[in-house]
This record gives sequence, structure tokens and C-alpha cells, in this order.
Amino acid sequence: MCTTCGCGNGETKIEGDGHEHVHADGTVHRHTHADDGNHPHGLGHEHEHRHADGTVHDHSHEHDAAHEHGSEHDHFHHHGHVHEGGTPHHHEHDHVHVMPDDSVVRHAHAHDGATDLHYGQGPAHSHAPGLSQARMVQIEQDILSKNDRHARFNREFLAERGIFAVNLVSSPGSGKTTLLTETIQRLQPTTPVTVIEGDQQTTNDADRIRATGARALQINTGKGCHLDASMVERALERLQPDENSVLFIENVGNLVCPAAFDLGEAHKVVVLSVTEGEDKPLKYPDMFRAASLMLLNKVDLLPYISFDVARCIEYARRINPEIEVMQVSATKGEGMDLWLNWVRLHAVTARHARNQQVASLKRRVAELEAKLATRA
Amino acid sequence: MHEMSLAEGILQIVEDTARANAAAQVRVVLLEIGALSHVEVQALRFCFDAVTRGTVANGARLDVQATPGRAWCMPCGESVALARLGEACPLCGGYQLHVTQGEEMKVKEVEVA
Repeated sequence: MCTTCGCGNGETKIEGDGHEHVHADGTVHRHTHADDGNHPHGLGHEHEHRHADGTVHDHSHEHDAAHEHGSEHDHFHHHGHVHEGGTPHHHEHDHVHVMPDDSVVRHAHAHDGATDLHYGQGPAHSHAPGLSQARMVQIEQDILSKNDRHARFNREFLAERGIFAVNLVSSPGSGKTTLLTETIQRLQPTTPVTVIEGDQQTTNDADRIRATGARALQINTGKGCHLDASMVERALERLQPDENSVLFIENVGNLVCPAAFDLGEAHKVVVLSVTEGEDKPLKYPDMFRAASLMLLNKVDLLPYISFDVARCIEYARRINPEIEVMQVSATKGEGMDLWLNWVRLHAVTARHARNQQVASLKRRVAELEAKLATRA
Repeated sequence: MHEMSLAEGILQIVEDTARANAAAQVRVVLLEIGALSHVEVQALRFCFDAVTRGTVANGARLDVQATPGRAWCMPCGESVALARLGEACPLCGGYQLHVTQGEEMKVKEVEVA
């Protein structure tokens, strides 16, 4: 199973890279792609599941509220356990324990949802030790903890090199790539720029970036809907961006999924074009909440369309009171100076932080050497 | 469909837990999902069933605790309920809200046997 999107096989491909599939059962297989990147996937690939006890099988199961667990300890719940949005509710359920000596213990629970939460009160969550072989293991781990580990690694990698990284997110067609090529052309005389391009397919965008002279690497996510931090980690290893440079990560065009995935960037910047409709911040709030800056692009088209800029900004700030907003036209150049200054300011800050760190490490080395000299 | 990625993340945590506890089977997985998080619970259930097939969590029940959203309203100086992003403060009708709760996406507990 692809870890990105759940397609039959993982199809993530980083330019020049081999290709690895990790299946749900932990088996891994690797292969490389032909240069054109086209190859059949998903069909005719079978693999079996092997259980700890050696049995091998493939099966499906229905998964509703009532089901059996095993001979020592069966329990039946008469309801599902979905509470959406904290809606107040009241429910009860019966609970049957079959003890190891075949005696049956039946009891009922009631929960009053109006008190908001019922952590650990449900019968499924509170089996006393010794009642059965089953035991609860407390974990309290973030679902995205693995991604976040990779993101932390990327963030350190970038900080050590004084690189300012921006994660550019938007729906398809907002003008991200044009904005990038125009930005690169203006930045490059003073600041080196590298780009990681995320798309489902093709190297078209990376090719457009490379035409500006900047180094770029394409990640094709296949069926995947977003970049994740481990993809970016692999791309960074391959790209080795210059110290004190600016890194743009152009995410897959998608206003939903990329919001959840930290790539190790300093900021997410959301690009919204005025041809898209001013209520997008309300329709896709997660992204506008995750972003530090909204670039309202294609403002040169405003005379020809009905788009209420003030209302759009108001909507964005309803979702995220701190979001900065800049109105730009990548093709006509309007507002680009403001955006470029934003990038330069943050790039200088990243460089400065790195220099500070190096200076403090040097001081520490000097102190330790002095200490060593007194003992020699 | 990032729910599939999330389901994979859950499976990984669950498999690590099962291994660490020498468990042959995972019966229940308890999640904490905030009302303001990036998760569509129905889609996540579907994906969870798909990715756990043939694993130690095959057939495991997925319990979801929904943590309600809360925010700090700057003008009111009070903590208020927030059902979803983009809604106004129920006290003053403003939007100077800073989310304080409801973005959780956690595996809280796993019942193993």
C-alpha cells in the first residue's frame, strides 16, 4: 500500500532516484524507472500477507458496531463511537465479558456526552487488568509523528546551512510556477535559489524552473496528493542546496492535503488567484490557517472580473487573524517588490541565525581549546 | 485523500506498539481527533480498514474521541467554543480567535491481546 495515497502501489518518484514500495505487511521492494518514467503500475502485482503464526491469507471483513473478539473476552457494543464536533449526546451500551471460566458478566454503561468528554470511561477503554488477556497500552502519539520527525530533520538541515525555505501551496492553476520563475529571475542576481517541485506527473514545472538557471528537482507523487517530509528529505540530499540560499518547495496543487504536512519549511505561503473566487479561505480553511502569508495573484485581471479583494482578505483573517496578505501580479510585476522584500528579509534572518550559531560554536571551541591548553 | 497517509501513520504506531508488547493481535485502537484537525473521520475509518487488512491490527475496532474545538477570543479575553474554523466568537461575533484546542490527531491507546 502506498504510504502517500493508498493506491495499490506507491508511485512516488524523485528525479534520478530508484523507487521503493513499502507494503502494509512491511515487505519492501525496489525498482528503478526507465528514463521516460512511464511504466505500468497497480495491476498484476500481488503479494500475500503473512501473520505472526505463519498463516497466510487474504480476506476482508465487515466493520460495524458489533463484532466478536476471541474466546476469552467477547464484548458487544450497541453503537458506533463517532462523536462529531462535540455534539451533545447521550447513549448507553451493554457489555458482555466471557470470563476464562466461561462465566458471563454482563453490565451496561451510560455516557452523557453533554459533559464534553468521556476519556477512558467507555468499556472498551477501561478493562481492569486481570479480567482478560487483553490490555490497554497508553501511547499518546501524534499520528503524524513520523512525518514530523522527518520535518524536524529537514528544519535542522536547513538551519545549519542558513537556508530559508518556503512551502508554496495553492490549488492547481493559481500561477505558482509563473510566480516562482518571475521570483527567481529577480532574486538570483543576489541570492542563490533552489526549487523542489511537487506534481503528480511530468517534469514540466521543474523544466520551467531550470530554464531560469536555478537548480530544481522534480518529485512526482504518482497518485499522491501532497508532498511529505520524507520526500523532501530525500530531495534535499540529492539537491544539496547552497548555503545561505533560498529554497522554494512548490507543493502539489491542492488546497486540502498539503495543509497537514510539515515539510520542515520556515513558512507556508498560500497563493490564491483572483480568478478563483473570494470565498476560498472559508471553503478551505485548513490551508489558510496553516499559511503565514497569502499572495493574491493575478491582480492585473481585477478590472475584468468580479472579485471583492477586501472581502477575500476579511475571510482569510477570519480563519487566521495573523495571516499577511500581498497583492501581486507575477506576469505584470505588480506587488512583486513587496513579496521579494519579504523573501529577502527572511533569507537574511535565516543567514543571520546560522552565523550566530557558527559564532557561538566557534567561541565554545576556543573556550574548550583554552581549557585543554591549561591541562596539557 | 491524505486520510490514507494518516491511516498508514496509525498502523505504524499500532504495529510498533504490538511488537513492543509482544502482542499477537490488536483489538481496539483509540484515537483522539480534534474537531478542527485535518481529518475526515469517515474517510479515515475506511482507510484504516483497508490498510490494516492482513496486519496485526486486522479487524481491530477504531474508536474515535472527538475533542471539541476551543479558542481564545482576544477582545473578550475568554476561552470560547469553536465548532469549526471560520466561525465567529459566540460572545462578541468577532474573529480574533486563537485556537487552543481541537487540532489533536493522536493515537491514545491500543488494546492488545
